Amino acid sequence: MNNDRALKNPQLEFRLFMARLLFAILVVIVMSGVLIGRYYYLQVVRYDGLKTLSDSNRVLIQPVPPTRGLIYDRNGVLLADNRSSFNLSIVVERAGEIEPLITELEDLVGVSKSEKKRFYKQLERRRRPYEPVPLRLDLSEKEQGILAVHEYHLPGVEVTVQLLRNYPLGSDTAHVLGYVGRINDREVQELDPVRYSGTLVTGKTGLEKFYEDELLGNVGYQTVETNARGRVMQKLERTDPVEGSDLHLYLDSRLQHLAYETLEGERGAVVAIEIDTGGVLAMASAPTFDANKFVTGISFEHYDELLNSLDRPLFDRVLQGQYPPGSTVKPLYGLAALESGVISQSYHIYDPGFYQLKNEERKFRDWKKGGHGSKISLYDAIVQSCDTFFYDVGVKMTIDTLSEYGSRFGLGEKTGLDMPIERAGIMPSRAWKRGARGLAWYPGDTVNTSIGQGFSLTTPMQLAVATARMASRGDVRVPQLVRKQHTIMPPTKVIQASDRNWNFVHEAMQGVVHNIRGTAKGINKGLNYHIAGKTGTAQVIGIKQDEEYDAELVAKRNRDHALFIAFAPVEDPKIAVAVIVENGEHGSSTAAPVARKIIDAYMNYYPGALGEDKGEDVIGAEVQKNVGAGAG
Amino acid sequence: MRQGDFVRQMDSGSSAIYGAPSQWHKIHMDLPLLLLLMILAGTGLFVLYSASGQSAHYVNRQLSYYGVGLLVMLVTAQVPPRFLERWAVIPYVGGVALLVSVLLFGVGAKGAQRWLELGGFRFQPSEILKIAVPLMLASYLARRALPPNFKHVFLSLIFIAIPPFLVVLQPDLGTAILIGIAGFFVLFLAGLPKRYLGFALLAAIVVLPLMWFYGLRDYQRQRILTMFDPEADKLGAGWNIIQSTIAIGSGGVHGKGWMQGTQSQLNFLPESHTDFIIAVLAEEFGLIGVLLLMGLFLLIIFRCVMISFRAQSMFGRLLAGSLTLTFFVYIFVNMGMVSGILPVVGVPLPFMSYGGTSIVTLMLGFGMLMSVSTEKKRSG
Repeated sequence: MNNDRALKNPQLEFRLFMARLLFAILVVIVMSGVLIGRYYYLQVVRYDGLKTLSDSNRVLIQPVPPTRGLIYDRNGVLLADNRSSFNLSIVVERAGEIEPLITELEDLVGVSKSEKKRFYKQLERRRRPYEPVPLRLDLSEKEQGILAVHEYHLPGVEVTVQLLRNYPLGSDTAHVLGYVGRINDREVQELDPVRYSGTLVTGKTGLEKFYEDELLGNVGYQTVETNARGRVMQKLERTDPVEGSDLHLYLDSRLQHLAYETLEGERGAVVAIEIDTGGVLAMASAPTFDANKFVTGISFEHYDELLNSLDRPLFDRVLQGQYPPGSTVKPLYGLAALESGVISQSYHIYDPGFYQLKNEERKFRDWKKGGHGSKISLYDAIVQSCDTFFYDVGVKMTIDTLSEYGSRFGLGEKTGLDMPIERAGIMPSRAWKRGARGLAWYPGDTVNTSIGQGFSLTTPMQLAVATARMASRGDVRVPQLVRKQHTIMPPTKVIQASDRNWNFVHEAMQGVVHNIRGTAKGINKGLNYHIAGKTGTAQVIGIKQDEEYDAELVAKRNRDHALFIAFAPVEDPKIAVAVIVENGEHGSSTAAPVARKIIDAYMNYYPGALGEDKGEDVIGAEVQKNVGAGAG
Repeated sequence: MRQGDFVRQMDSGSSAIYGAPSQWHKIHMDLPLLLLLMILAGTGLFVLYSASGQSAHYVNRQLSYYGVGLLVMLVTAQVPPRFLERWAVIPYVGGVALLVSVLLFGVGAKGAQRWLELGGFRFQPSEILKIAVPLMLASYLARRALPPNFKHVFLSLIFIAIPPFLVVLQPDLGTAILIGIAGFFVLFLAGLPKRYLGFALLAAIVVLPLMWFYGLRDYQRQRILTMFDPEADKLGAGWNIIQSTIAIGSGGVHGKGWMQGTQSQLNFLPESHTDFIIAVLAEEFGLIGVLLLMGLFLLIIFRCVMISFRAQSMFGRLLAGSLTLTFFVYIFVNMGMVSGILPVVGVPLPFMSYGGTSIVTLMLGFGMLMSVSTEKKRSG
């Protein structure tokens, strides 16, 4: 640094600075000339043209919002369409004093507190001049009449027609489709202001949210000429909006309706998947709600009621409800035991009604007091849902094999369904426990995991996906609600297992329904095809006892959840179903009949699924054979 | 401050800032510059009243911003340049630290994080850098032999590049470029060798296309495209340009008269009281108004250039010169963008646009210029 100073030559430096500054001043003068030239060009050369434009600048640009895409079920039944709604809006520039005007409108047609709040909020946001701000949506004919009569002394008040979302099936599709609602403050920050100009709503949940981009389309605009007071006199030019794309679902609205019908009065979920495509035929979460109420802006009271209901109707149990899978995982772990070579198909145990780990006092009990007796094979263990057998085999396999196979069937992972929110559930493993709980894995954990209890959690959608993979002998398909192509795509992966073992497990699952000792034999009456299934019971733990509710209710809410998974027809599986009934106690009595109804309806609607050469007699004979095998 | 022994006594009671006995003469400032700025501020208020739709609220607020700005300017003017030179690194390092904390804890709007919130008070640290970068550079280069050698040019470029880089991440491309330009002016005035200039030009030709495809966000590209074809984006930024062009052009030579501008009064012109206020002036006072304003701006610039010439030290010259040129860049960018020859970047028109941050920052800069202008008095 001292060196640098020594070299300083003030005179030379000053001259250099002078030269540079003079050059800069020259540039400043030239650039000022450019600016003046530009203003001269606009104000003198183009004066006439721009003056005319300004005089007729009663020409306004208005956005033309696109029509939101429609949603159809697999048979072309409309699930979401748009209806005309007459809205009351205020053009602030023409209105004068806002508050007295709103008070007057309140007297004339009624304006709720939440509507006023929303109006003032929107007023604070940036908008184009003369852009109407909506105050009330969906005016009745009578209200329109009242406004027409009083129009002359309500400056700035406009009744405009706009398309509003409508869900013809209402509550049947509320969880799947979700709903659109008024754009809120947070969304305003995130959404493209140009693309959403003129659009009042955006997808809030479900498919409406997931496919928002496709459904929305692209905004158009028109230039209109107004009079001095801003009223539109004529339309000048128009660029049409690009309409939103329609969605075609795999969903069958009849099955969907049936699912809700059979769940009537219960809390629970039903999922049905088309095995060949992974398409979702039905997904129901009960209780449900009417999505149409959300479109125009639900009232705070009504929303509170839905939000605070003990039955949680807004909660989508199919994707967000996490339940212990219970015994429904037994076929899966059975296959794992066979495939990993831990047991053979003929392996059997004696079941005293409990299981003990080596050198441990603790008894892990079977659900059946006294046990299932001697010579319990894997077939029997699945058909009768023997816990002791799986305790034994699970410990032999170790947790690593259990979690490996569980993961292959999709347990503990998001299924990847085209919906905005999904929970992953838990497929316990050593690594998971260390990460989530910071604890080592104990052999007792393996025992619990082997019958789908302990840390295990699944969503109904996961159970249905796992069942579809079981039914298709290992084809891994990501479930889909929206049908994008019409050909059946090959599976993304295949779970490897020998045909012999697939056959064995399928047969055992068929026994659950068709064997005389099967836990779900109650649903086999009058079946003219074969269902493979598995019942399950999930213990309800950790439900807080709320003193506000009477004992009977608390007792009911502490009952076990009932589960059932099934696929059919066994010979060439087409449909996989998972049912969960909260506090339904036994899978066999509450959940299985729901699945039977859904599968029956499917076979009825799609007779091709039954195949051609499956006559009544043959099926009857097979049932006989299976009963014999089970008894033997 | 030294207590003066040999200065003329004036009527006491004129100022209490320095304690009694105080003298008018002891206050460091540049009277012509002060007068010109006052005229500019008055013009600004006059136009703002019309542009805001006769809002006394906006005018009062703006008046208080001028008040704060004036105070900041006069206080800054009392600080000796040598003090500024010695401590220039503090605002620079502090500003960079604030920029980093904006990225970490800043609050944002529309996807950009620009603000820092401290006890309910919001401010934009990038504003500080508009002054801190030229200050730092002037202090660094004034101590070196000029023209700067390769090492000093290289280090200067690094000092210049850091703040804009952090500001681009916010992202705020417009402000980043303005900060970079302010720093570059110092380097240029210090005698950056011509071959470097040629090299910089070459680099720009290579980097600009790359920036276009990889460096810019969609909305930034959109803004630049909008400049060339406003009709393509009628509902977005194109609207502003179409409307401001109509407003300017329809003003003609004589203008429509104060508060008679239909474009602004009927709310066709968005942001009419902030970034687009020149359009209101052009519409209501015509080309004559624009020329008068331009003349006022140029008078201020020439006064500042004189201050730079007369400065006693290289530091004073570099600081005053670069602040002056930066002031002109604001004017050029704003008036260019409103009239449609530059893309829409949020740069307010100095002293005219509504907004406290811009006014206070500018007055801080003019305070430093005044401090430089009286350097001789201090040493004398």
